[in-house]
Amino acid sequence: MTTPNQNSKNPLHGLWALTNRELKKWYKEPILLFMSIIQPVIWMGLFGKAMNIGSIFTGTSFPLPPGFDPGLIMKQTFGTSDYFSFMSVGILSFVVLFTAMFSGMSIVWDRRLGFLDKVLSTPVARGSIIFSKVFSAVVRSLIQAGIVLLVAFLLGLQFGPDFNVLSIFGVFAALFLVCFGLSSIFILIALRSTRWETQMAVVNLLNLPLLFGSNALFPTKLMPDWLQVFAKVNPITYVTDANRQLLLFQTNMSQLMFDYTFLAGFALIFSTIGLFLSWRYLSR
Amino acid sequence: MHVIETNNLTRRFGTLVAVDHVSFSVEDGEIFGFLGPNGAGKTTTIHMLTTVLKPTEGNATVCGYDIRKQASDVRNCIGVVPQEYTADEDLTGLENILLCADLYGIPKKVSKERANELLELVELSKFKDKRIETYSGGMRRRLELACGLINRPKVSFLDEPTLGLDVQTRMATWSYIKRLKEEFGMTLFMTTHYLEEADNLCDRIAIIDKGKIIALDTPNALKESLGGDIMTLTIEQKDADITSLIETSSKVKEVKKQDNTYRVKVENGEETAPQILSMLMEKGYKVTKLSLTKPTLDEVYLEYTGKTIREEEETSADMFSKRIALRRARR
Repeated sequence: MTTPNQNSKNPLHGLWALTNRELKKWYKEPILLFMSIIQPVIWMGLFGKAMNIGSIFTGTSFPLPPGFDPGLIMKQTFGTSDYFSFMSVGILSFVVLFTAMFSGMSIVWDRRLGFLDKVLSTPVARGSIIFSKVFSAVVRSLIQAGIVLLVAFLLGLQFGPDFNVLSIFGVFAALFLVCFGLSSIFILIALRSTRWETQMAVVNLLNLPLLFGSNALFPTKLMPDWLQVFAKVNPITYVTDANRQLLLFQTNMSQLMFDYTFLAGFALIFSTIGLFLSWRYLSR
Repeated sequence: MHVIETNNLTRRFGTLVAVDHVSFSVEDGEIFGFLGPNGAGKTTTIHMLTTVLKPTEGNATVCGYDIRKQASDVRNCIGVVPQEYTADEDLTGLENILLCADLYGIPKKVSKERANELLELVELSKFKDKRIETYSGGMRRRLELACGLINRPKVSFLDEPTLGLDVQTRMATWSYIKRLKEEFGMTLFMTTHYLEEADNLCDRIAIIDKGKIIALDTPNALKESLGGDIMTLTIEQKDADITSLIETSSKVKEVKKQDNTYRVKVENGEETAPQILSMLMEKGYKVTKLSLTKPTLDEVYLEYTGKTIREEEETSADMFSKRIALRRARR
């Protein structure tokens, strides 16, 4: 009765089915999408607008020295004269970081509910199980980031001189790479875990350091030296810089290429480790 | 041909030996039952045979493939119905089955057809577009059964297929299992701790306790191995002892006296009982009560494990915590 021969021999079979399983839950419940973008939008709308740094100079009664150009100071510090534009691009990284962080959670649930054992008893490639989680996190975060970018534009994001349609693709490419790497890391952490509490603790431990220890909200060059060291290896720094180069700054091509190289290396290294460990650790 | 063959299959979790040098073989087309209390090693055995867990020692073949070296061939020819309800709550019945089909790489055209056929068979066609959230326990179990058959497996593993179901739903599930087996002519390997389930469904039973197989045979042979039927009789005469009188019959194996009631183990009870009865009447004893019981698996279980399965159930709280501990150790 068995007819395995007519079944697909494609090693990637099941990858889309498993990815779609995760995404279906999400797109079938628009409220989940809404909930997931409401937080970054609040950050952007309240924090970004409240920290009106440009008015430090313009809103003061202290007479400015002649020749003093507040816009130039802002531009030197932030690369753009508008702090809101600066931080709203950082918020795109925030969106990706938070979505990726929770991607490990679903593998913990699958293990607890027995779904993982069932999938493991089917001929699906072990790597597909891991990468379905990665891909669903990537798709979700790119869509969320797209919406957040649109909201940022509506709230007054000012694009830079080099902005064009291609820049948008560049932004998504950078976000894709960083999300791929970050989700791989968080799924790796969850690979052997049976308790979502552990996973929550890890997420809580890492999210703010990764966010504040980067250029997402403030330029790294003004940070103390020790923090700069951390920011230099933090992938959030590179994705944010790439996006600012594309959206706000006069694009520095060599810097942009360096950002992409770092992000691609980051994604490649951690997804490879993920693939390797999934062979080793998914079957116990 | 042996569909499953194990050779000293062993799995340890730390110091705990969950499955201890188990060797058995399952014939093509039979329903093979693994009977044992909670924590006896049934699920661990299934996990090893379905390539979810690696054996610590020993080996096994399923459909002729080595579970260590040819895991993906094994996975292609088996179906698994896990103990837990693994269907995705947020998806519909049909979506869940199609997801299973995709995991086996079954082409879309084929999988749609098979899914509908299987849903028809487990009588869920009406509910196929409803989310699993709205399903009852029995419906979920049936859906799991259907999912486990989507790849037309040569052998299907059912782990406690009726766990937690009420009596009627349990009976209904048995009839689905039987029907599916007849329809697809496959081999079934199931675990259970319900005696009547093992007795009704299984062609052969292995009783497993503390990770070891302690008996393996057909349900009838296991019952017969106890040495016959139990005849219980009560006589009116309170101070007489008729033990030796009963023992004169060559069919009697054992007599136990309790006041004026005698528990007699006899061969071929239907014929022996009237003979003993008429003999007692001839000697002037008046029999006031008589009953004859065929041995049940309950007694078999008692004989081999030294405890009744009911005792096990009484301490289910202990068992539950043991089980949790085991689960932790497994991860």
